[in-house]
Amino acid sequence: MPRLAALLLLLLPATWVAAKEAAPAAPDPVLEHRMMALAEELRCLVCQNQTLADSNAPLAEDLRNQIREQMRKGNSDREVVDFLVARYGDFVLYRPPLKATTFLLWFGPLLLLALGFAVLLRRLLRRRQSKEIEMSAADRRRAEALLAGGEAEPR
Amino acid sequence: MIPEIGQLALALALSLALAQSLLGLLGAARGEFVWMSATRPAARGQFVFVAFAFGCLTYSFIANDFTVAYVASNSNSALPLPYRVAGVWGGHEGSMLLWVLMLSVWTFAVTLFSRHLPQEMVARVLGVMGLVSVGFLLFILFTSNPFLRLFPAPPDGRDLNPLLQDPGMVLHPPMLYMGYVGFSIAFAFAVAALLSGRLDAAWARWSRPWTTAAWCFLTVGIALGSGWAYYELGWGGWWFWDPVENASFMPWLTGTALIHSLAVTEKRGAFRSWTVLLAILAFALSLLGTFLVRSGVLTSVHAFATDPTRGIFILALLALVIGGSLLLYVWRAPKIGLGGGFEPLSRESMLLANNVMFASAAGSVLLGTLYPLALDASGLGKISVGPPYFDTVFFPLMAPALFLMGVGPLARWKKASLPDLAARLRWALAASLLAALVLPFAMGRWGAAVALGLMLATWVAASGFVQLYEKVRNASGGASAWARLSSVPRATYGMLLAHFGVAVFVVGVTMVKGYESEKDVRMEPGDTVEAGGYTFRFDGVRDVKGPNYVAGRARIPVTRNGKLVTTLYPEKRIYTVQNMPMTEAAIDPGFTRDLYVSLGDAVSDSAWVVRVYHKPFVDWIWGGCLIMALGGALAASDRRYRLAAQRAPEQYAVAAAR
Amino acid sequence: MTRFALPLAIFVVLLVLLGIGLKLDPREVPSPLIGKPAPHFELPELHQAAKTFSERDMLGKVWVLNVWASWCVSCREEHPVLLDLAASGAVPIYGLNYKDKREDGLAWLRGMGDPYRLSIYDFDGRVGIDYGVYGVPETYVIDKAGVIRYKRIGPLTPQIVKEKVLPLVQELDRA
Repeated sequence: MPRLAALLLLLLPATWVAAKEAAPAAPDPVLEHRMMALAEELRCLVCQNQTLADSNAPLAEDLRNQIREQMRKGNSDREVVDFLVARYGDFVLYRPPLKATTFLLWFGPLLLLALGFAVLLRRLLRRRQSKEIEMSAADRRRAEALLAGGEAEPR
Repeated sequence: MIPEIGQLALALALSLALAQSLLGLLGAARGEFVWMSATRPAARGQFVFVAFAFGCLTYSFIANDFTVAYVASNSNSALPLPYRVAGVWGGHEGSMLLWVLMLSVWTFAVTLFSRHLPQEMVARVLGVMGLVSVGFLLFILFTSNPFLRLFPAPPDGRDLNPLLQDPGMVLHPPMLYMGYVGFSIAFAFAVAALLSGRLDAAWARWSRPWTTAAWCFLTVGIALGSGWAYYELGWGGWWFWDPVENASFMPWLTGTALIHSLAVTEKRGAFRSWTVLLAILAFALSLLGTFLVRSGVLTSVHAFATDPTRGIFILALLALVIGGSLLLYVWRAPKIGLGGGFEPLSRESMLLANNVMFASAAGSVLLGTLYPLALDASGLGKISVGPPYFDTVFFPLMAPALFLMGVGPLARWKKASLPDLAARLRWALAASLLAALVLPFAMGRWGAAVALGLMLATWVAASGFVQLYEKVRNASGGASAWARLSSVPRATYGMLLAHFGVAVFVVGVTMVKGYESEKDVRMEPGDTVEAGGYTFRFDGVRDVKGPNYVAGRARIPVTRNGKLVTTLYPEKRIYTVQNMPMTEAAIDPGFTRDLYVSLGDAVSDSAWVVRVYHKPFVDWIWGGCLIMALGGALAASDRRYRLAAQRAPEQYAVAAAR
Repeated sequence: MTRFALPLAIFVVLLVLLGIGLKLDPREVPSPLIGKPAPHFELPELHQAAKTFSERDMLGKVWVLNVWASWCVSCREEHPVLLDLAASGAVPIYGLNYKDKREDGLAWLRGMGDPYRLSIYDFDGRVGIDYGVYGVPETYVIDKAGVIRYKRIGPLTPQIVKEKVLPLVQELDRA
């Protein structure tokens, strides 16, 4: 019993000394943050639609390491992206580059909206000019009878 | 024996569905009373047999009948009972059967609640729904039969994908499919209107509750999917603009436009061809979603195992159903005619603008989802379109809609006055501006995006209160506040609640995106980490055993200002059958924030990587969706739909004839 | 009148698009390196760690680079095809042992047969990344000037060898 107590007493300070504010999982948290921000916009090539940041695939891990290395060397985000696109094509980007072939993609929504509003405006302004539908005399009598609380005569 | 009986039941259901469609459509076209009367019983019979077949498949799962190939690939004897039931829709074949079950449930509901409708209309509606049933039952029987046998039977099944072994799996697909399939009713009403050549306010009143109900289910289904992804996938994301997510969102956007368009058609008889088109498009997008998810045309984490034959079949179904209805639209829409006129500034024009925005939003999502395919098909290269695109494009489209949400309900029908609106809304505007300027500081720092989001949310909520106040003030119920409150129609409360739900949703999204914090750390026992003002302490990991998995479970007490808030137990599981690892995040949900902890890998004997998140107001995202759905449910149950049920149908025939 | 036909027109275009889509593979990543010079590498050989090999050693010759690994299941499928191709002598084949353990790679070749003039050992997959490798096996045809002319993603089949690889190699040999 005393031996056990002594053992416990020995261990206690050890845990006190060891308990601390946890270190970031990555050795360089600033770089890591920058890498992950970029990886969120890149596609994992072997997964079924996941970002490079979220994927656990071995190739994704390799590519994240590549990005870390490039950033450590001092490359800008743009240069890292170019590095990957040179090897894997535009497919690796979740933000499609603005090119002739993606013009319609990027401006399509705005065009749709503008077109929709243009058509809307034209029809609204044209509608102003069209007449109200005229009521026939028979319809007018029926309406008055109904409003007076009576039964409507059959047509 | 049971699986064969199930298959037989499906074949019988098919013949009844065929009878339902022929009797309904031909009967209505020829004015044959007897045929039209036979449509209801045929429809009910179809429901009985589909439900029976579904029961047979469920039985096979519960009884662990691994001689059925589908059960063998989606279940396991160690799988807990609720997940054995949920496993029925865990794969392609079973989920198609669920789809058809939902369709027959809605069909049955239509047979029950359509007594007040003219017989011709009911016959046509049931007839169209019958055609859709026929298409899907043929699809199941010929390409996706869940009852196929497997000889020799394996000793045990391959287990349900561990990601699906979750309460979310029990609720999300059924809710979602109720929504998708529910739009077939609006579709059927639209086609029936086109076939009969008559479309009027009464038609809108009949289809509104069905459409709203379907929209409610879809809202809940999407919210459940998002919430499930949030706690299941381990990194706290809740929307990825994945093709399958988009496939559910497009019908929702179109359905929202449809609900608003129906309101105008009912109140003013206007927007008829717009409403019919939206009804066709909403269901078309549901069917398109079914195609996209099962054909292998797009990559997605949600996609089912694919097969080119199935893709071709669904494409053919899509071509027939939607192509046919759009052809009908070209032919008959001009006959439907215009409704009442209105000024460029009026509630009608604002609702029309709302339609344009929601339709553009749905179109943009479709554009982004299919663009990579379009480029690849034309040999112009291969690109990916992901969240960076959708986020950039979607929010600017929706912001004006949020603004209109405040103004529209206050605008008068036919002709509104801008000065009048401005005067009534001046306090709401002031409140919004104040919120934009001041509230961000309460969270720590000011940002333009957060300010904009909070401004729009406050605008919607504040103008909603103005609307409520005016309705009560102008109500005719009498002097007492209670009498006045009760005299406001339920549908109005529904609208106010649904719009309020949108405001809550916007707050959730804005706050989470603006202020969430994450710490990714390596922890030894005793280490602490701080996020969002909370302190998380790592107490080590111990081994635990579940029914079909083994796991390492960490113990993480959370304190704030020295007081214990909660203890979280994140796990790293390995599901033994498929040998698949999975992270089970631990979440402490709260009204103003979620605390989210995810266990990474062990990096040494005692140290583990732990990810800690503080997510402010994230539950307002799903809370907002549920409030929206509640609003919709209130609106759908308005007494004028139930009262209408008591009136005789002849009066509508008079109103319809023009 | 035309505005009513617009939805139908758009829908027909959509149908055609989806129909074409059924024949495409959405997960295939076409290589941007076709027509570009093969990326430079200098790697140790699998069999003789002391010796190195570079793509520059192959200038003036048409050759095939095949990416393989002992842990790759599909590589077993294509291996007989590679052995036949090597035996025919039509084009020299060089292997890139991707992210493998040296002993595992050597044992695999011993057991399955070795179609390669030599294999280089890419332990950390860096050269693979330079070549845009994302799924093993992958095969490249490289011309006399060191330019990549063709990339096959996935296992080689006798049909592909007959219809794509051999005609290309013959054409490049003549140049």
